[in-house]
Amino acid sequence: MQLSHKVIIVGGGLAGLRAAIAVHDGGVKDVAIVSQLPPVRSHSVAAAGGINGSLGNHPEGKDDNWEKHMYDTVKGSDFLADQDAAEVLAKEAVPRIVEAEHWGCPFSRNPDGTIAQRPFGGAGFPRTCFAADKTGHALLHTMYQQTIKRGIKVYMEYLVLKLVVKEGRIVGMVLMNILTGEIGTATAGAVMLATGGAGKIYAHSTNNLLNTGLGMAMAYHAGVPLKDMEFIQFHPTGLWGTNILMTEGCRGEGGYLLNNKGERFMAKYAPKAMELGPRDIVARSIQTEINEGRGFNLGGPGGGYVHLDLRHLGEAKINERLPEVREICRNFAGIDPVYEPIPVQPSQHYTMGGIDTDIDGRTVVHGLYAAGECACVSVHGANRLGGNSLLDTIVFGKRAGDHIAQFIQSNGGIAAGADKAVAEAQKEVEARFQRLYSGQGTEDGSKLRTELQETMFNHVGIFRDEALMTEGLEKIRQLKQRYAKVKVKHTGKIYNLDLIKNYELEGMLDVAEVIASGALQRKESRGSHARRDYPERDDANFLKHTLAFYTENGPRLEYKPVTITKFQPVARKY
Amino acid sequence: MENFKLRVFRYDPEKDSEPHYDTFTIPYRDGMTVLEALTYVQENLDSSLAYRYSCREAICGSCANYISGAYRLACRAQVTDCLEGDTVTVAPLPHMRVIKDLVVDMTKFWENYEKVKPWLINDDPAPERERLQSPEDRAKYNMEIDCILCGSCFAACPAGVNNEEYLGAHALVWANRFFVDTRDTAKRERLELVANEYGVFRCHTAFNCVEACPKHINQTEAIQELKNAAMRYKLGLLKL
Repeated sequence: MQLSHKVIIVGGGLAGLRAAIAVHDGGVKDVAIVSQLPPVRSHSVAAAGGINGSLGNHPEGKDDNWEKHMYDTVKGSDFLADQDAAEVLAKEAVPRIVEAEHWGCPFSRNPDGTIAQRPFGGAGFPRTCFAADKTGHALLHTMYQQTIKRGIKVYMEYLVLKLVVKEGRIVGMVLMNILTGEIGTATAGAVMLATGGAGKIYAHSTNNLLNTGLGMAMAYHAGVPLKDMEFIQFHPTGLWGTNILMTEGCRGEGGYLLNNKGERFMAKYAPKAMELGPRDIVARSIQTEINEGRGFNLGGPGGGYVHLDLRHLGEAKINERLPEVREICRNFAGIDPVYEPIPVQPSQHYTMGGIDTDIDGRTVVHGLYAAGECACVSVHGANRLGGNSLLDTIVFGKRAGDHIAQFIQSNGGIAAGADKAVAEAQKEVEARFQRLYSGQGTEDGSKLRTELQETMFNHVGIFRDEALMTEGLEKIRQLKQRYAKVKVKHTGKIYNLDLIKNYELEGMLDVAEVIASGALQRKESRGSHARRDYPERDDANFLKHTLAFYTENGPRLEYKPVTITKFQPVARKY
Repeated sequence: MENFKLRVFRYDPEKDSEPHYDTFTIPYRDGMTVLEALTYVQENLDSSLAYRYSCREAICGSCANYISGAYRLACRAQVTDCLEGDTVTVAPLPHMRVIKDLVVDMTKFWENYEKVKPWLINDDPAPERERLQSPEDRAKYNMEIDCILCGSCFAACPAGVNNEEYLGAHALVWANRFFVDTRDTAKRERLELVANEYGVFRCHTAFNCVEACPKHINQTEAIQELKNAAMRYKLGLLKL
């Protein structure tokens, strides 16, 4: 297998699809998507509650505008977002959402026929457009349909294993057809990563089972720094036990959070915003209630929980606005939220950090781009607002695609020597496979992965401190050593999960090390990064982005300033 | 229940001349799903097991299988709901070539989906803001858009077994989704694509699709809507 395209997009979720459309519409028809999954299976499909844009369609949203959206985003980020990027996000929200509507996206509607909007956490106005509680599904299917319309080639169930860079320029990649096991190469003039987050590095995650952060790891290994990786979002309301997302739309529609005394405890933590505080604050509030004995199932298996109560909304509203939540509760927890409160616990949900890019998706490697959850522009800073991740994918997916189309037209095609470089890289990957096949086998990859997930949740989790994280980092480094003794037992070619999962594990360990290292060095509390030993935000020393560069001895950390244009940092109150 | 048995369809063309079933003993824990049981096998008992999965919350459509005599998403199927005696049996979706174990070749499924032009067609100049659509008009395709393209209906359809060219319920559901959307202007074209012997008229209303659908879509109803529209259009009772 020797593929070659002018542009290859790695990942078929929303960011990747939107970028491919932009490349195609920008005049470069030779664009292909390489995706581990059929595109509609990507994790974008699980986004539920909505997408933010200051359309002003809600009766209480008439005074909304992009500047207010930008401010809410920056404040939500605990002032770590780059404000030029947040401005782009907020300004381009309305045109991107309207465009999706023109492409058929089945948004829910107001009586006057406009796109319906609901309140969401940390937002000053009801700004979140939705398609019931299946907004990601609606957008992802719409976007995939647009790529079919354009005849854009998708390599379904192909896994990219390694990026190939030559003299600072992307030249291609090594990849595998999962269905046949064939390993091969692809050359390209430009490559974009849209591979999603790294949620599966953590236990108790809402993420799909394939969000291992492999794209981030590949960029990191190719010399691109990962930015702000210590900022991990814990969603306040994962369904207890399975950690399936119970959308923020539950609270946007008026749901309550209750402790074991039946109190709406958010009154103590965010008296004005209540349940619609930003996610970092609500997640910590829930965890504090549990830790201080006011949750349910205290000390029991699966951990404590609080109640998310929708009963007062009534069956009609739940069926209209939150049908999937009801369905999930019935099928996965055996409860009906019309009649019973939902048991919820904070769950790993989103990677705010990612591959360092500018507002056009460019990385430090010439011709290599990234967008979506795998990237960090940064618009989410230290804490992402609900409804801003779907938006991030289509705003920055399009911008990256637009830029790639120009880049290809002005820089020509594939760099000289690309074929040789990718062929050599293929040999390296094959050698790595051989090492995995012939390992000692005294360690088991799936057990290491479980240990890694527990380590990250317990040591680099919702509440952090020096001792916990030092121990966590030490544990990760031990896991890396133990990984050298893993053996892939199944040597068949076709759909070899044993090989894929063990291959991905190396990247997971490296990304985990970056998260823990960055978190240890950031001696302050900001957004989702909450340290008991440094409880205050420290703008004097840490109003800056962490950059982690790969070295053989672990990440080398550098810092770069935050771009501040309109809003000076102030104390964050809700 | 301490343990249960998971009986899994196996076929590895690299070494098997015939398919067979393997039975594994799995330690049960409360709330365990069939997907978790498969993962237990792959991680602990037989790392060669091949099966598809992704979201594990019944929205991505990866893990439809034929489980203990019914079409189910493995991620949502509770082991306790699928027990026949002490055994859960997992087989791949039928009527598609088995690539390995539970992984089937869905090429035709995707091709058929693309054949119905599953995208909104409207060549009128786009307004600056959203096209308006009343909640009532939006509700007309509320059922169809729940489709997760899992393949259950395609596999379950007896009409499809006997005719490879039949588009299948999934494709026709999406055809109807756009046909009834007030924003779509290609009504005639859509009928032409599906009102033929390989489209809606191949459906014999067996209702297998309806029974198989994990998202409670009534595919037969969507297909009947299209048949009805096609007939009325031919008779001049429907202007498009």
